[in-house]
Amino acid sequence: MLDLSFEAPKPKVIAGATGDWELVIGMEIHAQISTQAKLFSGASTTFGAEPNSNVAFVDAAMPGMLPVVNEFCLEQAVRTGLGLKAAINLRSAFDRKNYFYPDNPQGYQISQLYHPIVGEGEVLVEMGPGVARVVRIERIHVEQDAGKSIHDMDPNMSFIDLNRTGVPLMEIVSRPDIRGPEEAAAYVGKLRQILRYLGTCDGNMQNGNLRADVNVSVCRPGQYEKYQETQDFSHLGTRCEIKNMNSMRFIQQAIDYEARRQIAILEDGGKVDQETRLYDPDKGETRSMRSKEEAQDYRYFPDPDLLPLEIEQGWVDDIAATMPELPDAKKTRFMEGFGLTDYDASVLTAEVENADFFEAVVAVGEDGKLAANWVINELFGRLKKEGQEIGESPVSPAQLGGVIKLIKSGDISGKIAKDLFEILWTEGGEPAAIVEERGMKQVTDTGAIEKAVDEIIAANPAQVEKAQQNPKLAGWFVGQVMKSTGGKANPAAVNALVMAKLGL
Amino acid sequence: MSLNKLTIADARDLLKKGEVTSVQLTEACLSAIESADALNAFVHKTPEIALERAKAADARIAQGDAPSMCGIPVGIKDLFCTEGVPSQAASNILKGFKPEYESTVTTQLRDAGAVMLGKLNMDEFAMGSSNESTCYGAAVNPWRREGETTPLTPGGSSGGSAAAVAADLCLGATGTDTGGSIRQPAAFTGTVGIKPTYGRCSRWGIVAYASSLDQAGPMTKSVRDAAIMLQAMAGHDAKDSTSADIAVPDFEAALTGDIRGQKIGIPREYRVDGMPADIAKLWEDGTAMLKDAGATIVDISLPHTKYALPTYYVIAPAEASSNLARYDGVRYGHRASLSSGEGINDLYEKTRAEGFGPEVQRRIMVGTFVLSAGFYDAYYNRARKVRALIKRDFEQAFEAGVDAILAPTTPSAAWGLGEMKDANPVEMYLQDVFTVTLNLAGLPGVAVPAGLDAKGLPLGLQLIGKPWGEAELLNTALVLEQAAGFVSKPAKWW
Repeated sequence: MLDLSFEAPKPKVIAGATGDWELVIGMEIHAQISTQAKLFSGASTTFGAEPNSNVAFVDAAMPGMLPVVNEFCLEQAVRTGLGLKAAINLRSAFDRKNYFYPDNPQGYQISQLYHPIVGEGEVLVEMGPGVARVVRIERIHVEQDAGKSIHDMDPNMSFIDLNRTGVPLMEIVSRPDIRGPEEAAAYVGKLRQILRYLGTCDGNMQNGNLRADVNVSVCRPGQYEKYQETQDFSHLGTRCEIKNMNSMRFIQQAIDYEARRQIAILEDGGKVDQETRLYDPDKGETRSMRSKEEAQDYRYFPDPDLLPLEIEQGWVDDIAATMPELPDAKKTRFMEGFGLTDYDASVLTAEVENADFFEAVVAVGEDGKLAANWVINELFGRLKKEGQEIGESPVSPAQLGGVIKLIKSGDISGKIAKDLFEILWTEGGEPAAIVEERGMKQVTDTGAIEKAVDEIIAANPAQVEKAQQNPKLAGWFVGQVMKSTGGKANPAAVNALVMAKLGL
Repeated sequence: MSLNKLTIADARDLLKKGEVTSVQLTEACLSAIESADALNAFVHKTPEIALERAKAADARIAQGDAPSMCGIPVGIKDLFCTEGVPSQAASNILKGFKPEYESTVTTQLRDAGAVMLGKLNMDEFAMGSSNESTCYGAAVNPWRREGETTPLTPGGSSGGSAAAVAADLCLGATGTDTGGSIRQPAAFTGTVGIKPTYGRCSRWGIVAYASSLDQAGPMTKSVRDAAIMLQAMAGHDAKDSTSADIAVPDFEAALTGDIRGQKIGIPREYRVDGMPADIAKLWEDGTAMLKDAGATIVDISLPHTKYALPTYYVIAPAEASSNLARYDGVRYGHRASLSSGEGINDLYEKTRAEGFGPEVQRRIMVGTFVLSAGFYDAYYNRARKVRALIKRDFEQAFEAGVDAILAPTTPSAAWGLGEMKDANPVEMYLQDVFTVTLNLAGLPGVAVPAGLDAKGLPLGLQLIGKPWGEAELLNTALVLEQAAGFVSKPAKWW
């Protein structure tokens, strides 16, 4: 039975002049929902379109225009909630978050403050074999994105692109359960993996389709445990929110910098001000964006243009029935079913396309471990070298499975298999047929092998003597026999015969 | 008789018989409009569009099987977005705004063959009860006090619509009603106006004031006309999430004139202190008329009525403050010119200060205040709770068997333009005391002219119906209309 128990990772500790400090981190992930149409307008969500070309009257907030919710976005949010083992709220509602900005044409963003569609859930964040953190999810709500302001095209003017206005986002809010920069990055990575498995967000951080607001505070050892017991935030330090991060590396750097900044303030006898900060990757530091006092009053209230959202349990059940196997389950199955190591199973399940490829290889090759080795080492190695994605692999799962089948049956050796893989990569073809046509089949006829062994032994009496004194040198004879047979001899059979003939 | 004086029902019958053409009707209205600039009702005239549609309507009628509104010249409140035609909500901030789209209600009217004559004056963003708060200058009531020449308000916010219908500039007009904006001007001008159940008419393409209260409805010369015109305006619209997917009955077919056995409730809380004797008597007379027609009269209580006005003046401005945030000078409408060194906040502040009139600014500020952190629960949230109680009052009355409720439409007849200029805004808000409750409860209400006051000005009675009960409500209104026998028209002075 597979041991799936794990221990929580140690929190990151930073040694200060006055003693140790621990980090406490909570995150708000804004994930763009994978969908063709915007949340309330029906305009396209295609990335990279001409500025202001994906804009409906609703998105431009023309007078009298009304939002109509895109049901598919709600389905995606529910699917995400189910994937995070979260409670689905059958009754939720949209609220308006009011603020003025030119890329926010309505003067309000439609969001869900009071009644989000998804409630509490959790994410298992693995930090290594047997080490993992359960990060609690507080809620997921659906909201519309703002447009884009471009301030550096003209010295006197700002430009506005409304293509992104109204694009649907899920805001996934965690509890402050993350305890270090590496954990934060791993959390984002895990969430991204789950969303990609679910097909609810493509996780493209470069395009801003997955962005994080990171809340960081520091506390003395022992304080966090008091918070855990009571859920009373007063045990924790004052937090600062670092906005809009779209790189795992920057997230880690920003958290580290921010924690040290807060510690320096506290050790100087100062007080951390609750504020919103921005990370400057060029300088490697965070700087203040606005203080709590400057924080806007968003005057949230229920959007009167949209009726409360009521969904049926049956609809949720239908979505649940079509849920794909998720990373944790798949990894466990790979370890249990195929005897893979934790590491190999993690690599193969990192992307669902990889896992699918692997399983298709196993279906033909019928050897999980061998398939894992070949997929991870040969295939991934070659793809990486060529700069190709798994979907572009010239060798299909069926072909690779065929190779593995030939190895397993003893028809070809591992070395020949590599040659065969090369042929398949460059020329294509059916593995068994290639092996047959090109005479690559391993020689298992002991008579032929015996003849070759005898010849080598007869021709090298000095080597025989040495090998008899030092059996490790018997390998030289095996090598010579393999060479003389053009690599086609079954290495195991050669080895057995060499040992017998040398009397070892 | 001039063709512009016809009712919709009569014009329809004549059109069907081929005795008049839509072009003739339209020309009669256009000529009446041309000589009625003193009323300042039509603020954008569209004679070319009107004649083009009239010709198309005549062709359609000639082919037979045309809907009732086909060929009928109507006026459109400026709050409705009409494609290629200025749609400004009577505000400077939308100066020159010509939408590239047509509201659902006006699209339905157009598709039914109705002929748009132009856009009608109103209070800016539908905020007001006198049609004095408008970038076009006040609309003027065609009615005058006997022996006086003082210009009177036609009411608001659909004052232009009411004045145009009362002065026979059109056969019917669209209005919108957020707190009484159809019913109060109807009462002030001796016309009929119905605010349908919330969700009956699509709000798509109508400039929003307070989304949870706004409803479009017809303003006409008779109850039958209201039934005919509402038929064309009503219906589910997938583009408006708050529009109800409920079948629209045949409103005109429901006008049987038989209300025997109906139970009419008289709400005691509407008997406010200081109610003018004229209004009190009108209410009593109306009650007697319905009783004579075979209805049972019962006293009912709507205990939360006294909270309706403050509730309305929290919820409506709150929604307005958010709905009007889009008028920022960035994409359309008025944009203030900036001096060098001024930034985006200056653009917002100057544009909005220049573009919005004082009443709109007042409501935006009130709305912003009641939604602010620290005040939300005390104002907005409490108002929402009271709103639920007001709705419950009506539900209980209907559950107890009441079919309709009779009340005055307004606490007074039309007053002189400028008379309320120096009054506290709350005094103006008090004009809505009998009307706002329906908007808060989402119920249909119809204003029917039922008599004249001592100075010869029209007064209206209001019938309140069950949700989706417009057909029955209009039938009761027909009985009241017939019994009251209101046939007076304003003497033409313009």
